[in-house]
Amino acid sequence: MPNSPFSINRFRFLFAGCWAVIILTDLYFLHNSYQLSWKAATIDSLISNDLLILLSLLMMNTLRFYLPRGSQYINIVIWGVGLIIGWSFLRRWLLGLLLGGDAFYMNFLESSLLIRSIIGFLLLGCVSLITILWLLFEEQKSSERRKQDAEKLTREAELFKLRQQLQPHFLFNSLNSINALIGSRPDEARKMVQQLSDFLRGTIRKEDKQWVTLREELQYLQLYLDIEKVRFGNRLRTEITVSEQAQEMKIPALLLQPVMENAIKYGLYDTTGETVIKLNAYTEDVNLVVRIENPYDPETSSPKTGTGFGLQSVQRRLALLFARQDLLETAAKDHTFITGIKIPQTLNHA
Amino acid sequence: MPKVLIIDDEPLARSIVKEYLQKHPDLELLQECNDGFEGLKAVQDHQPDLIFLDIQMPKISGFEMLELCDPAPHVIFTTAFDEYAIKAFDAHAIDYLLKPFSQERFDKAIAKWKEQSGNRAEKNTDELLETASLSPSQNQRIVVKNGSKIKIIPAADVHYLEAADDYVKIFTQEGYFLKNKTMGHFEKALDPNQFVRSHRSYIVNIQQITRIDPYEKENHIAILRSGAKVPVSRSGYGRLKEVLGI
Repeated sequence: MPNSPFSINRFRFLFAGCWAVIILTDLYFLHNSYQLSWKAATIDSLISNDLLILLSLLMMNTLRFYLPRGSQYINIVIWGVGLIIGWSFLRRWLLGLLLGGDAFYMNFLESSLLIRSIIGFLLLGCVSLITILWLLFEEQKSSERRKQDAEKLTREAELFKLRQQLQPHFLFNSLNSINALIGSRPDEARKMVQQLSDFLRGTIRKEDKQWVTLREELQYLQLYLDIEKVRFGNRLRTEITVSEQAQEMKIPALLLQPVMENAIKYGLYDTTGETVIKLNAYTEDVNLVVRIENPYDPETSSPKTGTGFGLQSVQRRLALLFARQDLLETAAKDHTFITGIKIPQTLNHA
Repeated sequence: MPKVLIIDDEPLARSIVKEYLQKHPDLELLQECNDGFEGLKAVQDHQPDLIFLDIQMPKISGFEMLELCDPAPHVIFTTAFDEYAIKAFDAHAIDYLLKPFSQERFDKAIAKWKEQSGNRAEKNTDELLETASLSPSQNQRIVVKNGSKIKIIPAADVHYLEAADDYVKIFTQEGYFLKNKTMGHFEKALDPNQFVRSHRSYIVNIQQITRIDPYEKENHIAILRSGAKVPVSRSGYGRLKEVLGI
């Protein structure tokens, strides 16, 4: 249920102030324009308007529980008319009781009954209108807030999922390699089980560490590369060059592994001989730049190759984190495919 | 003695098959192959009775290699994970081994092969490849044999295809290549947003069309960038209009 307008102090004073003005104005007109005695004018104004305040409060509360939509507005109008009719009878009875001796006043009371009911109805209408606007505004604010919360949750969930992405291919093929090693080279099998476990533990790490230094990220990447080298034997070689300054720069955790996976996949599956994958990291202005190169064969790969699933997820992560689309770039030159990633260092990596 | 080949790009994956094969002294391991090229050559040279074939390999996949084998050998697939492949296997393969697999599972596959090794390989292999070719990774290119060489044609480079008896002529800038397939196969396998069956005997790459002219009574003819003219039947014209959005 939305907040009552009275939850805000300012509004309470405004409400009280408005009614004070109305009571005094009414009093002034009753005395000056209609020549009522001060006593009669005061009693009339206080009784009529205080009752009207009660009606307003009743109406405001009704609206809080029953905010009309579309054709339901007619119900509120009927409710308002009913309230005003009740109000007219009540005030006529009360004022008759209190000022019955004043013949001049009683005459005025009877003749002004209709016009004062109409004024009362208009005042009640004003209060209702303001309340409805207030309530609609409140409702919109809270739905906006809900939407924002939901968006934030989805964004976090998506980032988490993107970080965790793991190709089943890699896992099953690694297990198959271990299976083969167990018979012939049990020590190496044991080592590979260890590497694979460390690698998997990294991928399921919770989001407490969104940002890591490049040094940490590369250590993790090395685990992955060691496993791949066992799988592919001599066919896979890597050359990693990192400038001293770049080592300590920040990078979203697990960002490089899918890029490397993509490079290895297309490098290895596009050439039959030895494949060299190069990773080069350096700083440029305030950005960390990581370039990964793999060989490819322009004759057999369509240019589409580069936007495989691995890179799409990287692109999406960078977009979610930095709200920029230009941080991932790919280029194909001769027989080399280059993936370049820029990581701005200006954000607060808390 | 039955002859066997192992084709897989990962050395350890080959060694486990080799190890499991030691329990079957009645099978002779002829050769281990690193990739589809070596595999194809070995299949042609030795005509093995059974091959163990991985799907994901450099340059050409296991399926693409198998398409080029004539006649197709009996195959037991060894693969890690591929939903399309598994769908194909379930329906048509002798057997398939999902990595990692045990000696018992391996023995079972061999037993199954021995049971079935009468005659049914050919037809099954065709159906298997037909199903496998529906996977999105398979429709980006066409692999053909050009003499003794293997030619990989990216789908975008294909101008049009023409039926020729039991073959399909694949026209590219470099001339045409033959492939022992049906038009129906290519119609299903190639991206339907790019390739349209314009005529009973023709499939055209819409990227290559420069204009479509009326031709005789109710027919049309598509003029390609290369200058080639491709017949368009009445129903083909309808399909073309739909894909081109006119």
